[in-house]
Amino acid sequence: MSMFLEELVVWRETTKEEYAVTDRINIGRAARCSTIAAALFVGLASSAMADVKVGMITTLSGGGASLGIDVRDGFMLAVEQSGNTDIEVVIEDDQRKPEMAVQIADKMIQSEKVDVLTGIIWSNLAMAVVPSATAQGKFYLSPNAGPSALAGKGCHANYFNVAWQNDALHEAAGAHATAEGYQNSFILAPNYPAGQDALTGYKRTFEGELSGELFTKLGQTDYAAEIAQIRASDADSVFFFLPGGMGISFLKQFADNGIDLPVVGPAFSFDQGILQAVGDAALGVRNTSQWGKDLDNETNAAFVASFEEKYGRLPSLYASQGFDTANLLLSAMASADVSDQEAFRAALKAADFDSTRGDFAFGSNNHPVQDIYVREVIKEGDVYTNRTLGVTLTDHGDVHAADCAL
Amino acid sequence: MSPVLIAEQVLNGVQSGVVLFLMAAGLTLVFGVMGLINLAHGSLFMVGAFAAAGVASATGSFLLGLVAALAAAAAAGALVEVLVLRRLYAREHLDQVLATFALILIFSEGVRWVFGSFPLFLDIPTALSGTVSLPGGILYSRYRLALIATGLVVALGLYLLIAHTRIGMQVRAGASDREMIAALGVDIGRLYTVVFALGAALAGLAGALVGAIQSVQVGMGEPVLILAFVVIVIGGIGSIKGAFIGALLVGLTDTLGRLFLPPLFALFMDSSAAATVGSSLASMSIYVLMAIVLVLKPSGLFGART
Repeated sequence: MSMFLEELVVWRETTKEEYAVTDRINIGRAARCSTIAAALFVGLASSAMADVKVGMITTLSGGGASLGIDVRDGFMLAVEQSGNTDIEVVIEDDQRKPEMAVQIADKMIQSEKVDVLTGIIWSNLAMAVVPSATAQGKFYLSPNAGPSALAGKGCHANYFNVAWQNDALHEAAGAHATAEGYQNSFILAPNYPAGQDALTGYKRTFEGELSGELFTKLGQTDYAAEIAQIRASDADSVFFFLPGGMGISFLKQFADNGIDLPVVGPAFSFDQGILQAVGDAALGVRNTSQWGKDLDNETNAAFVASFEEKYGRLPSLYASQGFDTANLLLSAMASADVSDQEAFRAALKAADFDSTRGDFAFGSNNHPVQDIYVREVIKEGDVYTNRTLGVTLTDHGDVHAADCAL
Repeated sequence: MSPVLIAEQVLNGVQSGVVLFLMAAGLTLVFGVMGLINLAHGSLFMVGAFAAAGVASATGSFLLGLVAALAAAAAAGALVEVLVLRRLYAREHLDQVLATFALILIFSEGVRWVFGSFPLFLDIPTALSGTVSLPGGILYSRYRLALIATGLVVALGLYLLIAHTRIGMQVRAGASDREMIAALGVDIGRLYTVVFALGAALAGLAGALVGAIQSVQVGMGEPVLILAFVVIVIGGIGSIKGAFIGALLVGLTDTLGRLFLPPLFALFMDSSAAATVGSSLASMSIYVLMAIVLVLKPSGLFGART
């Protein structure tokens, strides 16, 4: 029987790899046809700007699909609104598997000949794809993952992060907890690199003591044991980083246990897609984010309205990041040719686009320098969402920039 | 570490064991009686949770949601048995694994197609929300207490069904010699469908009960499925009693391991490193338990066959 289980595991892995979903958006197909058409006329007309081909590798199936779908929808919304026909987007599903992402990236670079890659949600997938893509002279624009390795020693002139360095929102949470006057935090995160970074980030800015520090299993769904330990501790606040379904489970169970402690966390457990599944348990929780749907600027108001109109749901921070990524790329395309790497790099670095976050600039390591806000979960009618309370970190960069040679 | 905390963690261990039992009971019945390895058992867990969430949000009643979960999972189970699995009983285990793995993919994408990619909401009924004080000053979640009670009632019911009813007798006979029982005039095909639907309903019930305190999302069944396999390997394949004892052992080992191992390592390491190492070892603890049981009793604690 145990032999069988082993075989089963090996077999499952191999079969899932073969089960690849290819998802191409019609825009891509239409654009490809127009590329062919354009190629026929290449002798007749000489256009000023060459087409840019974008390869988007993101998670569209399995547990983390809602994040990838939001990034994709935000990105495609910006492309559609620009009316720019010189951009072609090829989209494929990485199923949240590093090996899958690497295969897709190789295919996109070698046979599809893309100029720019984007879309990856998870840090471990980004680490598998980004260094080799940039080494082959491709541009990579990250709409979500920001592992510290790519912000410090491993930074690259062709790698731009349009979301945040991983530590940023956790540092903001620590700063917020300090500002609130919390003395004793109980902190927990899953036992994997991004989880360890999260606790490190929080500890970097939190000035109080820790009454407990716990690592949970990645993908854990029952937190009764951890919650009992929080109750037994002398904590006056709880910080947690549990993205996706893990956060839903934790919050529901925490709320049902009658512990009356303030909770802070990064926005990943409070995004628009998740909140409806948490319900009342999330009400009043403070979370940190570089974006909120009520941020007061014209670009954001237009984005939120058009996203809701097109997709019938409110955008999440992931959707805003996808939208900003596409607009950054479009702004660079308007002023430089992608085949002129030097000029295109400078055009990206200028970040001359209207961000949904208001001010947006790149630091020396091509990671954002931006304000991070504190938000509170509220209920608007029947919909749970976030209200921005204020700025907690102003023009916040990251500590890893010091290790970057750029 | 206070006795209250330890007592609360023991309750948590029992609670997670009892939910695991609901999953493992169906799996072990199907494996024991029909000799079928059903990887899609986790999908039935998911179907139950989604049915409960869908019906509960439409009607506002958790109880109706539970009924829907039982009905949907049993119906899905019976359908799958009649359409697919019936053709696989005579085939070898690898063929069964292949077919039921395909069913996982079909169920997952089917559920995504119907309900979308975003997690659904299922809340604890108001009557069961909040905490109760138990003797000794333990504050414990009322809902989790209800889970323990439900699991024990189901376990008792299953025991009575298997040990004291005619259909239970047929199930036990089918497990030991299916040709003979068919020769005695029992409609073995119908018996298999009934057993499979029963197992599926239990998985659906577990999904709905757990869905109220976790997130109802596509793929939620697979991690539980792996634990359920560990349980039936420990308990002995085909034994309901083994599944019950095995589930409690797994639940307690997992919960208490998470409680005791990190502080144990903190005695001789700094706290961050101890938290990392301790929690890594804690997540291995149930597999270590399984390995020990397999070394001492290769057919499991109550297993009749190897």
